Amino acid sequence: MSEHTHSEARHITGYKTYFIVWVLLMILTATTVYVSYLDFGTLNIVIAMVVASIKAVAVALFFMHLKFEDSITWLFALFPLVLLFLLIGMTILDTFTRFFPIAG
Amino acid sequence: MEESHGHIHHMDPEVEYSSSKLGMWLFLGTEIMLFGGLFAAYAIFRAKYPEMFLESHQELNREMGAINTCILIFSSLTMAIAVTAIQKGKRKMAGLFILVTIICGLGFGVVKYFEYSAKFAHHIYPDTNIFFSLYFMMTGLHMIHVFIGLVVLGVIMVLTFKGKFNEKYSTPVEMGGLYWHLVDLIWIYLFPLLYLVG
Amino acid sequence: MANHTIATNVYVSFLDKKGFLSWFLTTDHKRIGILYLISISLFFLIAGTIALLMRFELLTPASDFVSPHTYNVLFTLHGSLMVFFFIVPGLAASFGNFLIPLMIGAPDVSFPKLNLASYWIYLLGTIIMLFALLQPADTGWTFYTPYSANTDADVILITLGVFVLGFSSILTGLNFIVTIHKMRAPGMTWHRLPLFIWASYATAILQLLATPVVGITLLLLIAERSLGVGFFDPAKGGDPVLFQNFFWFYSHPAVYIMIIPAMGVISEIIPVFSRKPIFGYKAIAYSSLGIAFISFLVWAHHMFTSGISEVAATIFSFLTFLVAIPTAIKVFNWIATLYKGSIELHSAMLYALGFIFLFTIGGLTGVFLGALAADIHLHDTYFIVAHMHYVMIGGTVMGFFGALHFWYPKWFGKMFNESVAKLAWFLIFVGFNVTFFPQFFLGVQGMPRRYATYPEEFQSLMSLSTYGSWILGLGILIMTVNLLKGLFSGEKAPQNPYGSLSLEWQVPSPPPLENFEEIPHVTDWSYGYGKKKEVDA
Repeated sequence: MSEHTHSEARHITGYKTYFIVWVLLMILTATTVYVSYLDFGTLNIVIAMVVASIKAVAVALFFMHLKFEDSITWLFALFPLVLLFLLIGMTILDTFTRFFPIAG
Repeated sequence: MEESHGHIHHMDPEVEYSSSKLGMWLFLGTEIMLFGGLFAAYAIFRAKYPEMFLESHQELNREMGAINTCILIFSSLTMAIAVTAIQKGKRKMAGLFILVTIICGLGFGVVKYFEYSAKFAHHIYPDTNIFFSLYFMMTGLHMIHVFIGLVVLGVIMVLTFKGKFNEKYSTPVEMGGLYWHLVDLIWIYLFPLLYLVG
Repeated sequence: MANHTIATNVYVSFLDKKGFLSWFLTTDHKRIGILYLISISLFFLIAGTIALLMRFELLTPASDFVSPHTYNVLFTLHGSLMVFFFIVPGLAASFGNFLIPLMIGAPDVSFPKLNLASYWIYLLGTIIMLFALLQPADTGWTFYTPYSANTDADVILITLGVFVLGFSSILTGLNFIVTIHKMRAPGMTWHRLPLFIWASYATAILQLLATPVVGITLLLLIAERSLGVGFFDPAKGGDPVLFQNFFWFYSHPAVYIMIIPAMGVISEIIPVFSRKPIFGYKAIAYSSLGIAFISFLVWAHHMFTSGISEVAATIFSFLTFLVAIPTAIKVFNWIATLYKGSIELHSAMLYALGFIFLFTIGGLTGVFLGALAADIHLHDTYFIVAHMHYVMIGGTVMGFFGALHFWYPKWFGKMFNESVAKLAWFLIFVGFNVTFFPQFFLGVQGMPRRYATYPEEFQSLMSLSTYGSWILGLGILIMTVNLLKGLFSGEKAPQNPYGSLSLEWQVPSPPPLENFEEIPHVTDWSYGYGKKKEVDA
């Protein structure tokens, strides 16, 4: 009985899913390397970050099983990102609106 | 007598499992914040010195970086497979796939070693300029995480082969896996930021 | 409750087992709490003594007792020890450890071994720190670049010590969050949790997610000194203010790591000695989370005179005012709880009332400092010193002493001398105000902080402040002796001397090894004073 609920509470991801995710990750890696040889100006970093984020989401959702976690786990997985953007955003705001920029 | 048994054994395994998992995710959050300072520094200095970043990043070996990315992503795949294997009770398969993961991790370290040596040979050090400060600090901190991951996975692999884990109790393997995926996750950002768009 | 009284005769208390190893290798949260309590109290007394030395130097305008350099070393030590070794682990690690499992009806924290590891890491940090004392730094506890990157003093060791301590803090926070999520007794819903638990939860989030940022900041400082990395060095294209941005991203939330647990303590003490249900339970509970979140948004108010941009300063100033809202919500609700209550002035209650009075002064002067124009004048003056100590001593330390007196019977199973405790409180309260209230005036008149000498015109207020520090020191000494004496010769404490409804008082004093004979089923919150005679435990 307990064994039954045990395996039910736990989602086991199939090998096939992993393999598909891996293929996706490899395609995205190839894409991002390929794009880096082209010159899109500032778009380059945008593309690179979007691709990296898709990869990161794929790793988190499937390899790390976040897709099957409860809302608390989601909360604690996402909240640090909010803080990270806050740290980066506010520090950038300060650095680039100064009357006497330190350098640059 | 009572206490030598500890409280842990009285704990419902289901609660223990979900506690460990939540604890691990919390820990991963702290890792994101730890690297966060470096990402923030990267964002600021890249915006400040775009030319320096453009010039300096061309010194990095894009192919080696790409190879390492593939190695690390592959190791993530093998680790994920190991987790599923142990959840299905296949100990030997799980142990073997952890071993493959470890070999990949070592391979990553070897490639990184050659990269660092090449940089030093060209007299590029952490104090060369801000870009290389970032490069060495970011990849260095990541490398420390790889090493810690290898040690952790090494222990878990031995325990797996010894038969300590099975379909009912696979928590350490899963936690080790989560940690290893995070190492991969951070590299997924470091690679384009340093090697590709510098 | 009757069956618990019978059980007192046969149970094994967590204090029963003797021997060094039984303490050093313990995974019992109550014992680990005691280990932290001893450590932080020791550092508090050491750092407090250093403060007395500093005040003694400041008795006269000239630098006649210690040299200016020694004075710089002293304030660095005082600040670093107080902040990183006493007040940040402080209430959260000592009382948090002791109370969280007891209050939520659990046998222990989720990860008892990790809990012990946290303490060991704390010890390791202190050992590194003690080595750092051999060649003491003179940077102040904030380690600001560029000075910290260039001074001859050994900054690496002291920052490494702080870095290690950070790990301890992170792991403790992690443990507590998981414990509060996963270990609550049946029926202990979120809205029945004691408010100390809500406070500890909010604190734990800050410990968990803010601490890594100071970790990387100090690592970068170490790299700056050892590898020549130049993130904070203008000569290499870096930016010293970036260090401050990173440092305060942690250190401002750290201020709330210090104060939120004390707020939780006050929320526990006041309803018990007012014999009234806590007023505005949910408001107090969620305001803890509110404070924790807003604390991430205000860090640059420490840097208004550091050359940050005016746009950023304006935004941060506005956000700083927002902190006053959840904080005031708490103060109003505590006062509303007191209103028409049947108030008993137990020593713990006196500390709680002292907290409300002093913290309000500390908090409101904080709002002055958050205002841009006022801050330009007041920054780095004694006004800051006074504000900070009204919050830290008037707030956290009052809460800490209150907690010590409140849970002392439960934790140690002994009673202390209540009259002496009241006398000590009086001396501490008076001594504190005599020490720090004059500093507000000194600050407004322009006396800068961190100097061993000062112009003669400030002598009367400066001397007054020093006299006050002697009264404060005497009060703390009497309190310490009184509490220590109680351990050895105090009367045996009853299970529930105050008639509290909270779960920790429904087990014998000191609590049994595994806390609860049976995991309790909770059917109500713990603040139903004056309405229900007993709680179902």
